[in-house]
Amino acid sequence: MDITTTYLGLKLKSPIVCSAGPLSEKISNIREMEDAGAGAVVLYSIFEEQIEHDELELDFRTSDHTESYAEATSYLPTPFEFKLGPDEYLNHIRKAKEAVNIPIIASLNGKSIGGWTDYAKKMEQAGADALELNIYLLPTDFKKSGSDIEKIYLDIVKAVKSTVKIPIAVKMHPFFSSTSFMASELSKAGADGLVMFNRFYQPDIDLEKLEVVPNVILSTPMAMRLPLRWIAMMYGRINADLAATSGIYSAEDVLKMVMAGAKVTQMLSALLKFGIGHIADVTTNLKAWMEEKEYQSIDQMRGSMSYMNVDDPASFERANYMKVLQSYK
Amino acid sequence: MDRKKVTIDGNEAAAYVAYNTNEVIAIYPITPSSNMGEWCDAWAAVNKKNIWGMVPSVSELQSEGGASGSVHGALQTGALTTTFTASQGLLLMIPNMFKIAGELTSTVFHVSARSIAAAALSIFGDHSDVMATRSTGFALLSSNSVQEVMDFALIAQAATLEARIPFIHFFDGFRTSHEVMKIEQLTKEDMMTMLDEDLIIAHRNRGLTPDRPVMRGTAQNPDVYFQGRETVNPFYNACPAIVQKQMDKFAKLTGRQYNLFDYVGAPDAEKVIIMMGSGCEAAEETVDYLISKGEKVGLLKVRLYRPFSLEHFIKALPKTTKSIAVLDRTKEPGSGGEPLYLDVVNAISEKYMAGELQFAFPKIVGGRYGLSSKEFTPAMVNSVFDNLSKDKPKAHFTVGIIEDVTHTSLDFDQTFSVESEETFRGKFYGLGADGTVGANKNSIKIIGEGTDYFAQGYFVYDSKKSGSTTVSHLRFGPKEIKSTYLINKARFIACHQQVFLEQWDMLKDASEGATFLLNTKVDKEHVWDSLPEKVQKDLMSKKMKFWIIDAYKVGEETGMGVRINTIMQTCFFAISNIFPQEKAIGMIKDSIKKTYGAKGDKIVQMNFDAVDKTVANLFEVTVPNKITSNKQMQPPVSGNAPDFVKEVTARIIAGEGDLLPVSKMPVDGTFPLTTTRWEKRNIALEVPVWDMETCIQCNKCVMVCPHATIRAKIYDEKDLAGAPATFKSTKFKSKDYGEGLYYSLQVAVEDCTGCGLCVDVCPAKNKKETKLKAINMAEQIPIREQERANWDFFFNIPDLDRKVVAVSKVKDSQFLEPLFEFSGACSGCGETPYVKLVSQLFGDRTIIANATGCSSIYGGNLPTTPWASNKDGRGPAWSNSLFEDNAEFGYGFRLAIDNHNLQAKDLLKRFASEVGNDLVDAIINANQKDEAEIYEQRERVAALKNKLNDILKTGANGKTSDLKHLLSLADYLVKKSVWIMGGDGWAYDIGYGGLDHVIASGKNVNILVLDTEVYSNTGGQCSKSTPRAAVAKFAAAGKPGAKKDLGLMAMSYGNVYVAKVAMGANDQHTLRAFLEAEAYDGPSLIIAYSHCIAHGINMGTAMQNQKAAVDSGHWPLFRYHPDLEKEGKNPFKLDSKGLKIPLKDYAYMETRYKMLTKSHPAEAAALIKEAQEDVVKKWHQYERLAAYEPEKQ
Repeated sequence: MDITTTYLGLKLKSPIVCSAGPLSEKISNIREMEDAGAGAVVLYSIFEEQIEHDELELDFRTSDHTESYAEATSYLPTPFEFKLGPDEYLNHIRKAKEAVNIPIIASLNGKSIGGWTDYAKKMEQAGADALELNIYLLPTDFKKSGSDIEKIYLDIVKAVKSTVKIPIAVKMHPFFSSTSFMASELSKAGADGLVMFNRFYQPDIDLEKLEVVPNVILSTPMAMRLPLRWIAMMYGRINADLAATSGIYSAEDVLKMVMAGAKVTQMLSALLKFGIGHIADVTTNLKAWMEEKEYQSIDQMRGSMSYMNVDDPASFERANYMKVLQSYK
Repeated sequence: MDRKKVTIDGNEAAAYVAYNTNEVIAIYPITPSSNMGEWCDAWAAVNKKNIWGMVPSVSELQSEGGASGSVHGALQTGALTTTFTASQGLLLMIPNMFKIAGELTSTVFHVSARSIAAAALSIFGDHSDVMATRSTGFALLSSNSVQEVMDFALIAQAATLEARIPFIHFFDGFRTSHEVMKIEQLTKEDMMTMLDEDLIIAHRNRGLTPDRPVMRGTAQNPDVYFQGRETVNPFYNACPAIVQKQMDKFAKLTGRQYNLFDYVGAPDAEKVIIMMGSGCEAAEETVDYLISKGEKVGLLKVRLYRPFSLEHFIKALPKTTKSIAVLDRTKEPGSGGEPLYLDVVNAISEKYMAGELQFAFPKIVGGRYGLSSKEFTPAMVNSVFDNLSKDKPKAHFTVGIIEDVTHTSLDFDQTFSVESEETFRGKFYGLGADGTVGANKNSIKIIGEGTDYFAQGYFVYDSKKSGSTTVSHLRFGPKEIKSTYLINKARFIACHQQVFLEQWDMLKDASEGATFLLNTKVDKEHVWDSLPEKVQKDLMSKKMKFWIIDAYKVGEETGMGVRINTIMQTCFFAISNIFPQEKAIGMIKDSIKKTYGAKGDKIVQMNFDAVDKTVANLFEVTVPNKITSNKQMQPPVSGNAPDFVKEVTARIIAGEGDLLPVSKMPVDGTFPLTTTRWEKRNIALEVPVWDMETCIQCNKCVMVCPHATIRAKIYDEKDLAGAPATFKSTKFKSKDYGEGLYYSLQVAVEDCTGCGLCVDVCPAKNKKETKLKAINMAEQIPIREQERANWDFFFNIPDLDRKVVAVSKVKDSQFLEPLFEFSGACSGCGETPYVKLVSQLFGDRTIIANATGCSSIYGGNLPTTPWASNKDGRGPAWSNSLFEDNAEFGYGFRLAIDNHNLQAKDLLKRFASEVGNDLVDAIINANQKDEAEIYEQRERVAALKNKLNDILKTGANGKTSDLKHLLSLADYLVKKSVWIMGGDGWAYDIGYGGLDHVIASGKNVNILVLDTEVYSNTGGQCSKSTPRAAVAKFAAAGKPGAKKDLGLMAMSYGNVYVAKVAMGANDQHTLRAFLEAEAYDGPSLIIAYSHCIAHGINMGTAMQNQKAAVDSGHWPLFRYHPDLEKEGKNPFKLDSKGLKIPLKDYAYMETRYKMLTKSHPAEAAALIKEAQEDVVKKWHQYERLAAYEPEKQ
């Protein structure tokens, strides 16, 4: 039973990849992921704001109140050397690489063109096998059109691509006016893979405190329908590997995504909920299903249920919506 | 050899040599020497090696006494050992210094010489401390400049090894310790060459070891002790020649020749000044000038003061000497003269008597100068020479002050100047927060290291911790700079805050044709009209060039915010033409890379952007030939202030303290209270504004306000008569104090520091706009006038009667008048809310012993002091003794008060028949448990005093003496509350022994530990309160050990009330603890979490840090009440509700913890894990205590 796959040019032993998230902050977890059968690990994201905020915060706090008062010209010791955010992250990449044999994909999260994109190069030097670029830009500027926003995405991808030789995947969101067009453009801009889709965490309101609060809700299995559709739509039609993320819990979910066209399926919520060992269960079930249905390999089924390959492609399009509504009656 | 040129201050120069040439370094913070220890700790934290390839052991002790003990121990065990100190710290080392010298042990103590606290403390420089060590047997070697500090540090190290006599190497605090100078740095080879290997081994071999056992430190009897003391004579006799030998060796190495006594001036000088320390530099500069004018004058610089070599001294004096003035930077009240003067008189007399004086016995006078860094200028030097020219020169004179009581002072001509025209002189006025000093230090480095110029920087700070003003004095030029005094003829003056123009007459120091740079929001066309009249006049009459920049605009555009340092620095280089502009900008950028490179690309880029944008926003303004302004300088205090404030305080505020004559100063250091009230500082850009519709009248904002600038009152409607139109008032929501009352919340906007703590703790939210609370920050200037009137009106509304206030509730307690107001503490200070609470609850009957530290500085540093009296004239009586003795000091208060009380009761009984048994019984048996009972007792005592006065008038039947004593003691029949306050440096470290003894005494004292977990006042050094995993100075690699549990230690006595509080976590708990502590008839200890700027936090939201500290278990709230045990209950109550968040969620809110993850990530991870374990372990320990059930035992 061959469940190996290739993603971003990397040979993976399984299509189940651990998605960027807090679990990968610990090297012991990364080892456990490998042991449980993960094909690769996308490390937790380092954020543009974090990189720059760390620098600014450190500078502000160590220089605030200095040289104001005769008895104390400063209030904190000034180390001769700082290891700023990226350095910690780079060390983590190094340690992860030493700890496991499966590919380590670093994750860089940003929203604008800037010096921070240089860190892609440092991640590559630290040994990352690939890079997942998470462009997390909420288009709240009333003066910026859709195409302005799209340009920022493409510019970031080009900027990062120009600094590294390792493959990069772009984690995209589903809210572009034209998802297909953007997927294609991102691919042209240099994305070797597209991860579908990013979730923007939506804030909540605390009625007691009258405050807006972050409220992270794990994705549910229902969430996989959106990437399922778009992966099926994109498969074979753009020049980039497709990765599915959101709501992937079971072997069935993995199978569906691969059949839609995904090279890999990324899992996070399920691991947070059931533990890292869940990868092994899914893998076992995946193999059992394939055996029962007499599939030889993952490659064999990849894209078999994609837009290109199903007998009724319209079912992925608007017509499908009409049908759903009518069936509801 | 081509040695590296470095631009550093005196402290760094001393530390550099000390670190490189020692194996063990014991440290303890004290201004102005702390930086030497900080450098050593920082170098050790990055494993920097000394010249022998080892990292010295750098250890902080609990006091200077402890440091000197460890130094003694390490020396006795053969290690090359050093320490750094000053002032009181040096005094604490004296006992060990006698031992170290008595045992002929080689060491060098580096001392940045500082005043000793007498009638007042001063952190500034003079030789009082060093002079107090004369009898210890240490050699005393004085260096006068930053270069000499580095050189003499090494010469002393070399000499001590050969002479076996320990050395104090001293230099003037601040003037030299903090002056930034370009100097030549000694190399490792220089140090290796100077230090004789055999002598080091000999030193080591003298160390105690069981392999060659000896004993040292015996006790001796009258038969031999004397002889033993005399054994050292040959060593002292040999020492001067050894020092000279090392000086000669050093000269061969570096080309800089020093002598035990260095004479400079005319070879045929008739008038000679003899002195030591940085003043020599100014004196030499003056001597050179006077010689150029044909005068026969000279200066003898004393280098090695002890052992004092008569031979070398006499040889150094010119044979033409006719008159000598000896200047001492110290005062010995009651002596026949100051020490150096007496030594000189002695030397000349002895040589005269021996017939070895090669000139006629000269006139010799002694004088004092420069105490507490008082300016010592060429004008003063000139006046000293003028005095010598007189037939009968004034003896025992003072110079630099107006001494109008015993008339010792010499007059001097303020306009006398010897400064070279070739030297550039610039003065820069900035705010502490705007980075001006940092920028100027940087400029000095750029100039010093980028050119062949000599360069000097000196920085003056005011004594406030918030909104402080800084003045930077920069000199550079082709000639060596010896001007060890402030600039008063500047070619460049920069004002980094326009508001200063109305406060400081800064252009009075501008020379003709000077350049004036102003940071202003006013544009080029209108700026002239915005200037005060005096500024316009000076710009015109001195034909000055005038440039402006809107640095805040550039700061905002480039993300620099209010730190305008780089911007103003760029302006300076752009218009001062020191370098071509392009070159200057390149150098600034290089320096930015060097300074900020380690902090990340973003910072570097922001600074680059600021540099680039500055030039485009810098404009020259043509000075018109017309005065258009009638804006006058602001008076320092209002005309309503008391006379003392107008005559003394106001002049200090205005920067004219130097001109105050002696007659205006209190003779014994006693000052009136309630003076901050008159100093309207207007430092807040934004202040809180009350929204009475949204307000729920909880008074939490009043409780947390660190500066007592936000206050609440309730009052009758009639009190509103005459209220200003904008005065806000609303119905009081509660009926607790009667019907129909009104409530106002008022902000003293001119005293507010704008910290925002009040807004952060406000629990009420505007229902339409949730971003708004019941108080919100708004710009100060537009509302300043109206709120000034509102404050004045509010202030005169009567306070709620203390007798009826339900003090046990937060809301009600905050109607009590604070008697601690408008302190100069940091904006958002975490200590002062507690201090203020004491003043509110008990202020009218409190006497306070305040340990040296932040609280003694914001509590007692001139010009104004925040302790205040109420309308009845009662208030906290306050005093600061020392750092180490505060618990004992306050204990003394208690002993005296109890004694006065007992005496008064005893006397009272003797007058029972005259004043009536009922009154006597009522007074003696009064409970005085609450405000009402204390009020009644005061009334009784007043009645008693009236009766006693009547009796005195009519005759006391032979008991007049008793009656007078009773009258003077009667007020002690009213309860007095003794509070002993200080920080953790005092309570956990230096004062712990005393604190422990005082709580063990069982006496009724209340101890308040304002626990910031570091030595805050001296700049954030580690104390035993510092938590594991946090960085602090002296623990730059993270504190490896757990925080000391002072509360638990105190509880072990069983009879001490102990509470651990954090106002930001639970204000009601804090209030309850303060009330219980004061009510408890025995020792009480309150340990109060005090957030601090040294934590590297946002001070405006710091109460959230307090809450997180409690929620994480780092700061468990508890109370231990011994009385409960008497009632058969568990005395310990754990008031926190469990470990709600992981420690790191709290810790990493603060830079002090987070920084370690950036500097030492691996250590940080390990330490935070251990710290979390500490928390859990401690929590379980407390849980076990809380579970104790006495009945079941």
